[in-house]
Amino acid sequence: MISLGLKSFRHGIHPPEAKDETSGLAIRQFPFAPLLIVPLVQHLGKPSLPLVREGETVVRGQRLARPDGFMSVSMHAPASGTVKSIGPTPSISGRMVPAVFLEPQPGSTQEVMEGTPCPLASATPEEIVAAIQDAGIVGLGGAGFPTHAKLRIPPERHVDTLIINGAECEPYLTTDHRVMLEQRDDVFTGIRYLLKVTGAERAIVALEANKPDAAQHLRSGLPGDLSASVEVLRVKYPQGAEKMLISALLGREVPSGGLPLDVHALCVNVATTAEIGRLLPHGRGIQERVITITGPAVQHKGNYRIPIGTPLRFLLGEVGVEEDVTRVFLGGPMMGAAAPSLDIAITKGTSGVVAFDATRAERSHRTVYPCIRCGYCLDACPMRLDPAQLGSLARSQEYARMADEFHLMDCFECGSCSFVCPSHIPLVQQFRFAKAAVRKAGAHG
Amino acid sequence: MTAPARTLEIRTSPHMVSGYSVDTIMFNVVVALLPVTAFAVYAFGLAALLVLSTATVTCLLTERVACRLSGRASSLGDWSVAITGLLYGLTLPPGLPLWMVVVGGVVAVALGKALFGGLGCNPFNPALVGRAFLQAAFPVAMTTWSPAFTSDRFTALGSSTLTLPFTRPLYDAVTSATPLALWKFERQASEVGELALGFIGGSTGETSALLILVGGAYLVARNMMSWQIPVAIFAAVAAFSGALHGLDPETYASPTFMLFSGGLMLGAVFMATDMVGSPMTSGACLLYGAGIGMLVVVIRVWGGMPEGVMYAILLANACTIHLDRWIRPRVYGATAQEAPR
Ligand code: SF4
Ligand code: SF4
Repeated sequence: MISLGLKSFRHGIHPPEAKDETSGLAIRQFPFAPLLIVPLVQHLGKPSLPLVREGETVVRGQRLARPDGFMSVSMHAPASGTVKSIGPTPSISGRMVPAVFLEPQPGSTQEVMEGTPCPLASATPEEIVAAIQDAGIVGLGGAGFPTHAKLRIPPERHVDTLIINGAECEPYLTTDHRVMLEQRDDVFTGIRYLLKVTGAERAIVALEANKPDAAQHLRSGLPGDLSASVEVLRVKYPQGAEKMLISALLGREVPSGGLPLDVHALCVNVATTAEIGRLLPHGRGIQERVITITGPAVQHKGNYRIPIGTPLRFLLGEVGVEEDVTRVFLGGPMMGAAAPSLDIAITKGTSGVVAFDATRAERSHRTVYPCIRCGYCLDACPMRLDPAQLGSLARSQEYARMADEFHLMDCFECGSCSFVCPSHIPLVQQFRFAKAAVRKAGAHG
Repeated sequence: MTAPARTLEIRTSPHMVSGYSVDTIMFNVVVALLPVTAFAVYAFGLAALLVLSTATVTCLLTERVACRLSGRASSLGDWSVAITGLLYGLTLPPGLPLWMVVVGGVVAVALGKALFGGLGCNPFNPALVGRAFLQAAFPVAMTTWSPAFTSDRFTALGSSTLTLPFTRPLYDAVTSATPLALWKFERQASEVGELALGFIGGSTGETSALLILVGGAYLVARNMMSWQIPVAIFAAVAAFSGALHGLDPETYASPTFMLFSGGLMLGAVFMATDMVGSPMTSGACLLYGAGIGMLVVVIRVWGGMPEGVMYAILLANACTIHLDRWIRPRVYGATAQEAPR
């Protein structure tokens, strides 16, 4: 793709996009699994507090749990049915978390229960933030950061630009692409809510040049009274990382250790924005989300609106994944996590499921060579760190030095350095470990 | 509904990698060197073939033994020592006695590479370490050049090649001086067109600038070589020698002559760019290249030897680690006033 002259950030990589197989497929509804597992931790912050008891019948959209504290959000029933039990379930991190096990009721109309609407025209910013927390909205891009927490802007801070992130730079994923094509009005309504909350002067919907149809579609429908524009960026990974987006669009750099707010910007994922626009006017909560299911092992690839809590095992069976699946990751291949088991459930932060079978998984046991000082990693790192140096310090376990002299804590684990390293050094893995060690030392010392 | 039940493979992200690996890069460097190597054999015949193959085999064997001795797995598969062997052979005079080739090859790999810890740890280009050793130990043999394109080059072997170990080589009557030596000692310039195409005597691989550039372009196109280094070297040599030539064309050779003579092309394209010994960022590579270019001119013009590429690169290799320390990209979001934590 010729994309010279488009805005972007410095460094970065060009992994194969692998999006063509699903980007043209319209969003379809995914069936209900016989048992849905709704983890009460789908966000950073404390587990939500259950509001239902075992054996209780619930209606789709009903609140199952309420937030416990500032960083916590509500959970809603993804289906009408019966609460079988409340107990621990494995999460993607491998840890056990509390969850509501829900048995959907066959034959139910599955009509969605509505709550108290949050009307755009009359709601105050505080009311909108509260409604977003009540709707259980977290960043649908993957990190699970509660959206309302982002929107509580201290009074002395000022946001001038709201960035709606539709870059979707992760290979394979096409959910944001489809959402922009199919939920344009939801996106615009979401932007109106967000502009009102943040007080920003304008919104920019940012997407990569590999989605020209979405850019065109959004531009052509842009309401005249909406202070928003659509910006097409160069196709480059990790273009969708907040800091990269901000420097590409605004030419500002978020200070090390700081927040986008420090440079008067705020980024919200485009699918999250669409959910805000779709749910708030009806007082509903998130009970489903759009995900891309793809990868060489998947027969029925596509984009699906899937109930939260759908177990991975059921999901893979439905899309025709054969017995010999050997690797499944949730989210994109660059930053997503490999599923530790098939018993984990789709959560609000799951943007995609990519499955490989034994024959088509790329070689996973590769020779690790010593660093040959090729410098590829330096050219790749979007934070402009020195991954080669960090890697050699990690080997000698000089974690404090990594943090103090080589900005370890600025690494956001995008994976670009590991991607390019011809010596196959597991750089990101080492950095993750080192960061944990530094945090631990900081907490104790 | 089938329930997939196989054991899942758990790895941490990223789950995708580029196709590059050390062995593919090194293999491609070997490929890029093949035209130059073939031309060397074409130009100097049997003698070059023997020097090149002896050099390569010696380096491979030395690496194998070094791996065995240090308990490392054999590293022949990463192709890096094949490059060392070829490059080393390409820097030698075609008539060099084979026993000297062997000695230098052992030194190149054992002292230039294995002693430092093997691949990735050697600050100096091993091929040049080997050559520098020979230059010091056998200065006469290393500066005695047999002419290129003799009519009997594929049938007869100069008497020097098969000299018995530790004896002084006997040269046939005809040996030729290199263009650089001709200039340095007799102020006699050679035809630049002939230099570029490689029809003039010199080290086995120093002859065809054109083929060297083709090999380099191939590697640059595949992102396996820094273009900044050779370009900076050429620019520095051209600018510096151009300025001198402008001042006094009688004493100082023209920049085109400087660029196309001696080991400059081979050194700039294939030796200075060795990833292990060169800096990592493009900015540092430009400085490093410029430094080499300046040194080459200084040594050639004011030094005692006609050729300076080898020492220029070795000196620059020694500076690499400092260049990498000084020249770093500014970390995203780091502020100048940021106090060290
Ligand atoms: S994982 Fe960290 S060090 Fe590696 S490229 Fe990304 S930000 Fe840089
Ligand atoms: S990419 Fe790998 S081999 Fe190259 S400099 Fe970085 S760590 Fe070293």
